[in-house]
Amino acid sequence: MSATPFLMLSAILFTIGAVGVLTRRNAIVVFMCVELMLNASNLALITFARVHGNLDGQVAAFFVMVVAAAEVVVGLAIIVSIFRTRRSASVDEANLLKY
Amino acid sequence: MNLILSGTAGAAAQAGAASGVQSLTWLLVGLPLLGAFVLMVGGRRTDRWGHWLAVLLSWAAFVIGAAVFLSVLGEPASERVSVQHLFSWVPAGAFSAEAALRVDTLSLTFVLLVTFVGSLIHVYSVAYMAADPDRRRFFAYLNLFVAAMLLLVLADNYLLLYVGWEGVGLASYLLIGFWNHNPSYAAAAKKAFVANRVGDIGLALAIASMFLVFGGVDFDTVLGGAQQDGLQYQGWMTFIGLMLLLGACGKSAQVPLQSWLGDAMAGPTPVSALIHAATMVTAGVYLVVRSGAVYQAAPTAALIVVIVGALSLLFGAIVASAKDDMKKVLAGSTMSQVGYMMLAAGLGPVGYAFAIFHLVTHGFFKAGMFLGAGSVMHGMDDVVDLRRFGDLARTMRITWLTFGAGWLSIIGFPFLSGFWSKDAIIEAAFVGEGWRPWVFGSVAMLAAGLTAFYASRMFFMMFHGRKRWDTGAHPHEAPPLMTVPMIVLALGSVFLGGVLTIGGAFVNWLTPVVGEAAEEEPVLSVPVITAITLALVAIGALWAWRQYAASDVPVVQPRGSLATVAARRDLFQDDVNEAVFMRPGQYLTRSLVFADTKGVDGAVGGIAGMVAGTAGWLRKFQTGFVRSYAASMLVGVVVLLGALVVVR
Repeated sequence: MSATPFLMLSAILFTIGAVGVLTRRNAIVVFMCVELMLNASNLALITFARVHGNLDGQVAAFFVMVVAAAEVVVGLAIIVSIFRTRRSASVDEANLLKY
Repeated sequence: MNLILSGTAGAAAQAGAASGVQSLTWLLVGLPLLGAFVLMVGGRRTDRWGHWLAVLLSWAAFVIGAAVFLSVLGEPASERVSVQHLFSWVPAGAFSAEAALRVDTLSLTFVLLVTFVGSLIHVYSVAYMAADPDRRRFFAYLNLFVAAMLLLVLADNYLLLYVGWEGVGLASYLLIGFWNHNPSYAAAAKKAFVANRVGDIGLALAIASMFLVFGGVDFDTVLGGAQQDGLQYQGWMTFIGLMLLLGACGKSAQVPLQSWLGDAMAGPTPVSALIHAATMVTAGVYLVVRSGAVYQAAPTAALIVVIVGALSLLFGAIVASAKDDMKKVLAGSTMSQVGYMMLAAGLGPVGYAFAIFHLVTHGFFKAGMFLGAGSVMHGMDDVVDLRRFGDLARTMRITWLTFGAGWLSIIGFPFLSGFWSKDAIIEAAFVGEGWRPWVFGSVAMLAAGLTAFYASRMFFMMFHGRKRWDTGAHPHEAPPLMTVPMIVLALGSVFLGGVLTIGGAFVNWLTPVVGEAAEEEPVLSVPVITAITLALVAIGALWAWRQYAASDVPVVQPRGSLATVAARRDLFQDDVNEAVFMRPGQYLTRSLVFADTKGVDGAVGGIAGMVAGTAGWLRKFQTGFVRSYAASMLVGVVVLLGALVVVR
């Protein structure tokens, strides 16, 4: 079994996520793109675990999932509270913290 | 240097602990100090009786001084030294300075002079300052002055002497600037203080050098060391001698630090009397005589002392001959007379005793003359211009008589106090070999003629000739509180010198400290010296009589010759100081300030500005847009990974 298709898929998913983070303004969509990037990296980890025949990559993938779950909780909470105060979920409008 | 200084080293072995009445010596300093403390801390509450307290304490100091004197007089000459240890003052490892008072014949002479003349001036001031609202403060300073001077002369080491030295400087500053609501008086006080500070640097350096060379600063160590190993440390001895001289010049108003003395007349007249007669200016002479052993080991320094004395002698006499301000004539005269003492002190053991002798007689006649001048000011509404006096002899009989006694004494009229002391100095100046006795002897002689001229000029302009008073002047005799001290001082001016000369009493009294002078004949025989001196004095006095008593004195100052103009300007002393020290000093400080603001501050400020500018530029990256942060993170990661790939 060749690893190339899996890695290609992982790279494509990561690129889609990165482009989404950079171009989209809606915080929810940006958030989903971040999740996409995390899962792309999970795919790459699992692929390499399979290729090398050990469990290190899978363990790392579990860690990433756990972190992602925690991050979702915190991130969504922030987004909700921003939305409540500003009536908008645009990341460009929440720009008060600057020089 | 074949002259022998006996006292010091011998005294080291014999300086026993003070006992009996001599253990009260500390009260000499303590009582006036207490007076100053009470009057200053007590404030207005002591206004009514404060001046009498000061007078009482000053006289008490004199009584103790006299008692100690009598007890010392009862001892044989070789045992007339005692040291009273008060407490250990600066115990610092190898260095230790005791707070100890030294009672010997030299310090006792000063104690008696300072307390007696000082107390008379206290009494006089009670009446003189009666109208001044700050009389209590004045007396506090007077007491402080006396206490500082007594500490100066009684100290057993140079460090404690330095304390008294500074105390005298402080008290003189406070007193000269007593009427400090007048800016020029305040400036005069500052000038005196600054000129004294310059001298103090010399004394401080001398003390430091003493510690370096001898490992101690008490008189026995330093003077004993100088006597034994002085020739070994010739260079050091010369340096110490010159630095001591610098200190003495500051305090005693000798060339080149003389400029403060004339301006010091800004103080009330009793202060001038105190500064010029009993305290302050005599401190320099005391220092040189006390440090005799150092100068014995450093003939160059001793020669410079003589030269400084001779220069000041002529300088002061010339200035005094031209001034029209009564007090400034007396100031120039003081400088000149202290020049006599310095000259004698520089001559070595042959002159020490006479320097102190002249100091004592001068203390009497100069104090008398100052108090007389104060009495005239009192009667003439504070006028000091000699050209506006004249014919005061009839209205101010007692002042005329007492001032006349001072006048005759200062010009060296035969058999008055000044005659004995001044003649002895002139004779001592003629002792020696080579060119020195001729030069210094002639200067001393010439100055005697000048002294006769300026003192007579002053006397005649004040008391004789035509009335040149301001309209509305009602000269009147001073109250007894003022005239009695004047009379006492006048008696001293007339008789003291003669009494102390009988059987060489004064010289023998001082011998334990200043050493025995080898018998040496002057290069001219004594009667010839006396005759020439008296002739010069007569010429000077007659010339003054012709100019200022027999002929009319213009009320407006005439233009005068070039020499007169120069002397009126104090021989350009202030101009010289200004050109040589003040202006370059100002330029130096200005350029230093410039270098500081532009150089040092510029560098520091430049670095700070650069950091701030860079930071201001860098913070522009904090845009607040989350997506741009994400982009920079991405770019960073890509660059990092790319770099890793390239490096691999």
